Amino acid sequence: MSMEFLMATGVGALTAAGLYLILLRRTFPVVVGLSFLSYAVNVFLFTMGRLTIDKPPIIDATQQGTTDPLPQALVLTAIVITFGMTALIVVLSLRAFLETGNDDVTLDVTPEDEAPARNSTEASR
Amino acid sequence: MTTPWIIAPVAIPAMTAAFLVLALRHHRTGQRFVSIAATIAQLAVAIGLYVAASDGELRTYLLGNWPAPFGIVLVLDRLAATMLLLTGLLAFGIVLAALGEWDKRGRHFHALFQFQLLGVNGAFLTGDLFNLFVFFEVLLIASYGLMLHGGGPRRLVAGFHYIGINLIGSTVFLFAAGLIYAATGTLNMADLAAKVPLVTPANQPLLAAGALLLLTVFATKSAMVPLHWWLPTAYGSTSPPVAAMFAIMTKVGAYSIIRVYTLIFGAEAGPLADIAAPWILPAGIITLVFGTIGVLAARRIVDLVCYALIASMGTVLMAIGLTGTTALAAAMYYALQSTIASAALFLLAGLLAPEKDSRIAFAWLPRYGTLFAGFYFLLAIATVGLPPLAGFIGKLLILDAGRAASAMAFVWSAILITGLLLTVGFVRTGMSIFWTPAPPSGELPQRAVPAGPVAVIAGMIIVIAALSLFAGAVMDDLTAMAEQLGAPQRYIAAVLRPHVTLNLTGE
Repeated sequence: MSMEFLMATGVGALTAAGLYLILLRRTFPVVVGLSFLSYAVNVFLFTMGRLTIDKPPIIDATQQGTTDPLPQALVLTAIVITFGMTALIVVLSLRAFLETGNDDVTLDVTPEDEAPARNSTEASR
Repeated sequence: MTTPWIIAPVAIPAMTAAFLVLALRHHRTGQRFVSIAATIAQLAVAIGLYVAASDGELRTYLLGNWPAPFGIVLVLDRLAATMLLLTGLLAFGIVLAALGEWDKRGRHFHALFQFQLLGVNGAFLTGDLFNLFVFFEVLLIASYGLMLHGGGPRRLVAGFHYIGINLIGSTVFLFAAGLIYAATGTLNMADLAAKVPLVTPANQPLLAAGALLLLTVFATKSAMVPLHWWLPTAYGSTSPPVAAMFAIMTKVGAYSIIRVYTLIFGAEAGPLADIAAPWILPAGIITLVFGTIGVLAARRIVDLVCYALIASMGTVLMAIGLTGTTALAAAMYYALQSTIASAALFLLAGLLAPEKDSRIAFAWLPRYGTLFAGFYFLLAIATVGLPPLAGFIGKLLILDAGRAASAMAFVWSAILITGLLLTVGFVRTGMSIFWTPAPPSGELPQRAVPAGPVAVIAGMIIVIAALSLFAGAVMDDLTAMAEQLGAPQRYIAAVLRPHVTLNLTGE
């Protein structure tokens, strides 16, 4: 019971923190929020084979029951992928910060490179 | 039946991409030759597999010869073969269109392009839900690189949005896969299809939550309203050949919806039968309406194309939501032609509004105005759905399929009214570009129009015309495809059968 409670609240807290941070408008909190979300899903994937304690991952005649080994394999794949993705988005936000001079995630609808062409587009409205 | 050729659409781009990165990193000409050769090889394999699949037999390929529910299995049916052929055709056109102009902006365009094809082809072939996630990641990782190809601050900020939304999508995919595994104990699609009807009532809410979470992921990929906001930003900020290639990615979402919600949660899924259809149909209608509003409001030609793509996805999703053989066949027919038309429109938008000044520039217009206007006219007809091109036939087929549905009033009025509004939007933009061109502001670069994209757009229009001309034959094939999808027990039997004859020949 306590184990289930710990896992459920842990996943819930991580997800809530991740969602909150993703909704902020600076790149750094968004990246941290994405990491929180991926931690939440990793923990969640562990529980999908049900929580079994002190059991071998292969069928063993001397033990009663086994634990499901597949979720571990899936979590490993998920960790590798999200780790790579996090690295990519960190580099990307750094590049964006260096090129635009701020770390705001909002996309200006009329960036300055379009402003000079304004009179040529009046007709296209 | 097992054929080793099924692995080829995955293996060819994987090896090519690795070879391009490792051996030809600094040889642009070599990269081009290898990339074009690999793309032609994939197209040839796709044609071969399409011909092979058209006998109605399901073919499988066991990776590492592990039997089906335990190992990963690739499955070739008519749907997968059709999508592979579409990918092959599109990739062949786009690799030619990217030559010269766009593949020079960075070192790894061709390698990323091949990785993208690896992910797309794999997603169409795989018969395993978690493997589908992995192929989604492969195609997304490649698409991040392609999306940022060429650089620039606007692209970087838009790229951050695109990567962020897709990372959230991947996380939700994992949650959904976890829920489905928790309820059924398997992630093999055929095994899932066999086990979903037998799930105990206690586990059914869990499974339903997983199924619908999965729908949100696929809805994000296929730009279903209200999960479509990322698309105009991302596609509108990237380079034209990449945006054209991305036209297939929304179809990967639509494909996944068709696959999962006909095979696993289809009509025979017991208490969870057709769990997604009540959501897909209204969402498709709203997507069509939103896309049309976007077309009317678009101020840049590339935005017009993005929202036209969203509108066409709405039409496809609506037809998928109608369920049934005729509706699915119509959805696929419309999806085929709209993918090609959107890709051609993205390329044309790139010619009409070259980089730097992302709004409409008129440097090439005086000399090439007639040609571009002709392209625009034909592609607008195809996208809007006016006769005689394939868009009209597709919409007609969807209207016909919707006749029996209880939601007929909504489906018909949505398609017919948005058809008119889309026409207005395209006509207005066309008039402002070609009939009342504003004088170019400042000096514009005097360059010859690149021959590649022009030839590719012409080729794509010919393909659309061929789709219209041979609509009967194509629809026969697609109806057979939809009938195959309507009989999931054959898919299950084809995938799970081999472990009866689990041959020890591998030793």
